[in-house]
Amino acid sequence: MRVEMFTFLLTAAICLGGSLGVVLLRNPVHNALSLVATLFGVAVLFIQQGAYFLAAIQVIVYAGAIVILFLFVIMLLGVDRAEGFDREPILGQRPAAVAAGVAILGLSLTALLSVGARVTGQASTLAAIDGTEPNINALAKVLFTDYVFAFEITSVLLTVAVVGAVVLSRKAGPAIDLAEFPDGTTAALMQAKHEAAFEELESEPEAEAALNTEDETPEGEAEITEEALR
Amino acid sequence: MLALNETWYLVLAAMIFTIGAVGLLTRKNPLVMFMCVELMLNAVNLTFVTFSKALDDIAGQAIVFFVMVVAAAEVVVGLGIIVAIMRRRQGADADDISLMRG
Repeated sequence: MRVEMFTFLLTAAICLGGSLGVVLLRNPVHNALSLVATLFGVAVLFIQQGAYFLAAIQVIVYAGAIVILFLFVIMLLGVDRAEGFDREPILGQRPAAVAAGVAILGLSLTALLSVGARVTGQASTLAAIDGTEPNINALAKVLFTDYVFAFEITSVLLTVAVVGAVVLSRKAGPAIDLAEFPDGTTAALMQAKHEAAFEELESEPEAEAALNTEDETPEGEAEITEEALR
Repeated sequence: MLALNETWYLVLAAMIFTIGAVGLLTRKNPLVMFMCVELMLNAVNLTFVTFSKALDDIAGQAIVFFVMVVAAAEVVVGLGIIVAIMRRRQGADADDISLMRG
């Protein structure tokens, strides 16, 4: 019991510190790293309560995928700088937010602590956690029987999310019409364009005068290929 | 020494949820606001798992599974929206996106 308590207190400190870091730190990269600390802490608490599969998913999906996605977007947009706290659009927004937070915490703590130490409610009779069955087996059994319809709907949701992300983040522009290019022509044109750009890069400013006659051909080729590619 | 029971986990989850809610209300960077939403979702997940253990019911963990899937989908679409907005207006924050204000 003492070890469990120690683990809990340590993990709770990590969780609270991480979540405070998400809210209070100025740099978005530091926010994302604090979020990782909180997610790992929650994963440890999952393990402590026997939810082994969810702990693994928590580390793989949350810390491994979602936070990396956050970091990608931060780096992509270049917003890794401190945000300005100078202006406040709604008067007294921050005191009101803190008051709302105190209200939420007070309400939930009152609800939690007023009933005493034990959780009220009926213990399960249908999907009881059997000590002998592995956690992942029990979870799979309930996912593919009682919740199978929700599980299938989940796959639709993920498909919608992927399509939505592609539609939202793609740049509008003319598509390359592949019908214009018979077999192999596209690759040859790209090759010519690449070589022309390379030669242009290699020609030094002083050598340009001497190579003036030779320089014109690749540039002309590059223009032609660019037009053809459009 | 006090015994470790479910109330400790629930109180911790309530604190994480509160911190996330206050952060969502105060921060202006849309990315950080999303991270605060993730904090709140994780607090609720912790509550679900705690009740699953306390009431001896695996269904609580199944719900957490679905919450995680929905959170992943939400982050993907939300970050897509943020990238689309930022491409149009460099360095925009939540206060700048007020065109639909009545």
